[in-house]
Amino acid sequence: MLTSLRRWLDERFGWADLTAPLREKTVPLHNLTYWYFLGGITLFLFAIQVCTGILLLLYYRPSANEAFESVQYIMTRVQFGWLVRSIHSWAANLMIFTAFCHMFSVLFLRSYRQPRELTWVTGVVLLFLAMGFGFSGYLLPWNTLAFFATKVGTEIPGQIPLIGRPVMIFLRGGEEVTGATLTRFFGFHVAVLPGITTLLILAHLALIQRLGMSVPPKVEAQWRANPAQAREMRFFPNFLLRELMAWYIALGALGALAALAPWGLGTKAEPFAPAPAGIRPEWYFLFMFQTLKLIPAKIGPLDGEIVGILIFGLAGFLWLLLPFFERGGRGRSQRWIFGAGVFALAYMASMTVYGYLAK
Amino acid sequence: MDTWRSKIRLCILLAVVSTAVVRAQTVNTCVDCHSALDAPFQVTQDQFSQDIHAQKGLTCASCHGGDPSKADDSAMSKAAGFRGHIARKDIPTLCGRCHSDAVYMRQYNPSLRTDQYSQYLTSVHGKLLTKGDYKVAVCTDCHSVHDIRPPRDSRSRVHPLNIAETCGHCHADAAYMKGYAIPTSQLASYNSSVHHEALVVRGDLSAPTCSTCHGNHGAAPPGVGTVQNVCSTCHVFQAQLFESSPHKAPFEAASLPGCVTCHSNHAIHHPSDAMLGTGPESICTNCHTEGDGGYKGALEIQHDLAGLANSLQGAVQILDRAESAGMEVSQARTEQEQARDSLTKARVTIHSFDPAKVSQDIQAGLKLAAQANQAGVAALKERGYRRKGLGLSLIAILAVVIGLRLYIRKIEGSAV
Amino acid sequence: MGTEAPLKPDSQRRRLVEFFLGGGLLASLASFVYPVLRYLVPPAVAELGGDEVVAGRVGDLKPNSAKIFRFGSRPGILVMTAEGDYRALSATCTHLSCTVQYRNDLHEIWCACHNGLYDLGGRNVSGPPPRPLDLFEVHLRGDDIVISRKREA
Repeated sequence: MLTSLRRWLDERFGWADLTAPLREKTVPLHNLTYWYFLGGITLFLFAIQVCTGILLLLYYRPSANEAFESVQYIMTRVQFGWLVRSIHSWAANLMIFTAFCHMFSVLFLRSYRQPRELTWVTGVVLLFLAMGFGFSGYLLPWNTLAFFATKVGTEIPGQIPLIGRPVMIFLRGGEEVTGATLTRFFGFHVAVLPGITTLLILAHLALIQRLGMSVPPKVEAQWRANPAQAREMRFFPNFLLRELMAWYIALGALGALAALAPWGLGTKAEPFAPAPAGIRPEWYFLFMFQTLKLIPAKIGPLDGEIVGILIFGLAGFLWLLLPFFERGGRGRSQRWIFGAGVFALAYMASMTVYGYLAK
Repeated sequence: MDTWRSKIRLCILLAVVSTAVVRAQTVNTCVDCHSALDAPFQVTQDQFSQDIHAQKGLTCASCHGGDPSKADDSAMSKAAGFRGHIARKDIPTLCGRCHSDAVYMRQYNPSLRTDQYSQYLTSVHGKLLTKGDYKVAVCTDCHSVHDIRPPRDSRSRVHPLNIAETCGHCHADAAYMKGYAIPTSQLASYNSSVHHEALVVRGDLSAPTCSTCHGNHGAAPPGVGTVQNVCSTCHVFQAQLFESSPHKAPFEAASLPGCVTCHSNHAIHHPSDAMLGTGPESICTNCHTEGDGGYKGALEIQHDLAGLANSLQGAVQILDRAESAGMEVSQARTEQEQARDSLTKARVTIHSFDPAKVSQDIQAGLKLAAQANQAGVAALKERGYRRKGLGLSLIAILAVVIGLRLYIRKIEGSAV
Repeated sequence: MGTEAPLKPDSQRRRLVEFFLGGGLLASLASFVYPVLRYLVPPAVAELGGDEVVAGRVGDLKPNSAKIFRFGSRPGILVMTAEGDYRALSATCTHLSCTVQYRNDLHEIWCACHNGLYDLGGRNVSGPPPRPLDLFEVHLRGDDIVISRKREA
């Protein structure tokens, strides 16, 4: 049956020619091959987010009066609503985690090198979009923690000189965090961000298909010296089957998390109640938040917080353009980039842990 | 030369006139000297400016006499009516001269009472003062002097939060109170009470302090027969139940002070169920002995209360477990809170000392607690169902993973 | 060492793979699809429950009387005034959270625990309560008396 379907498609769309590159695609085989999984898992988790997100859309109501109650409704009255919502919340965190892992593995395996600079750039933008998804989605249940985290989280960019205030008002839909903010974040979360992300994912994947899989420099050198050692695996079906195994295990992990540690509701946000002690953002923002907490109030003539925000902005911008700093060959620029990667990873990890332990 | 001299004369004239003008604006020259003196004569401008009397335009002379516009000793002349230091025995009459004059006080604060002095004369302090005991409290002992603030100012010594400390200044001082036949443990007792906790710790200004039960100007302890009238102004229900209870007549006959008999007057602690029954902390056994009706009643009541408290506790625990596992238990929580309300109500009903009445409230609460408990059990069952479902799907997923592994092996010929 | 164990015959191997893979895929897909299908069916209770509740029907209350109803997990009190209007308020006393009641002799809301009094607008008029009671909105929908929380701007 599959053969007759293939023939039908081929007669009309040249199916065999279209799928030829996929069937011939190979994946370099070396002891670091399994790091290639991370990108695929992130994509898989994104697909899960889209599916569970669409399901949640069937019952969620994006107004301050009803948001919390609608999530409560999903968790308690809709059949398996608890499962859909908990998977959505857990997969969101897992996806951002695997995205970070994917980015750092690309950095340390030096896959960002020429000709793959734009793959890196689209990838970093995708990471920022994922964090935007996380920030906008976190507010949607309209509980106390989310409300105040959003208040603090939109206050911080408001500090940027000149453009800060307009940006803050744009994000909040007003001066303060209100029902208008909720509606706006909902719009970002289900329409704007998915649209941009889909386009960028397609670009990212197209670049990967066009440029093939990168081989780590050490392995590359070995293979150049000894061509017989170079091994590769066919993507379809061998590598894909292995990836499917990983994806299925990820599904199992998600189900276990959803059933054993369902995502909580919290208490409904009351805008006029005082903020509870110990407000902090989700873990993927924690390293920035903790840094801002530790920065002294004044650095020379400048306000400490603004300096911190500008430094992070600059760091993000430079990170985006990372591959363009590498001047060909093995030299100082590679070591600088590698060092920057180690520093960034260590800094983010330790600041995140610190943020959790500090009270 | 001439112009120089006239210029100098002009300067001197200006200096004198300006000083005179400045002087004329300062109504109270007394403070100019007295701020530089040592205690007990020291009164600083800082201090006096906080005083409500100064703020209303009165001066030192309003109480002490003399001439506040003179900068020298003639300010304190007999001719100017100077009275000097006011003796303690004269203070109430001095304050009363204005504060009992309704027409005069109306100019400043029409809603202020003007019966403080007449009330004071009915108090223990007032009566003893009239008899010649000058150790007792007079106006300035509580209200301070020279920096008198209105009672609603939280820095005032007679603000509700501060009254107990003010009374305790004398009444907790054993050396000072030697010679009076009353104890000095009241402040310490009050500080251990629920009323103190409500007032000073929780900030509930409706909670009683010394003056709430004893009166402020007409301060005297309520009599044995009338103390429950004082308690019943807030604790209405308990007082009504007690009035029609079998304890009312015997307590009166034995001159027992009503509420205070079981709850104490100053050291009123949060009542516990252990005060009932026949255990080591029981108050009932102070009078009742084994075999009499009251002993049996005490046991019944305590048993009932303990039963509901336990059932409620069980419901709370199981609902907590269910809620932390993500289950919906709001209906059950309402029932739980209603059961708690029943328990609170029962703890009030015990003041009827009628086991049957208490039992009514308890039964209602037990039903509700049982319902809440059942809902918790159902929620945990649902949690179990979810875990079984998870287990099944994990088995299926494991099967797929194994299957994929075998399939890979097959197409690659055990090169995996 | 002795001889290696003989390889399983191909057909047996294929059946094993088919069993695990096919059976597993079917079972796991069922465990994904079944919850989704159940999810798509809207539950019987369409009300969200948090913002609105039916506290009773017209005729339940006589003038100058009240009843306690449940709003989420907290109690509310529905009063029919002597003039025949409905008032609905939170029934949790703002002093120490006892449940209040209506006094038809005082035409006010009373808390039995410490003699707190509120007027029918919820204002704390006497006794220990430090804050007024929250007011709810009352609407009549046919014969139902519907209580809802005040809307946020």
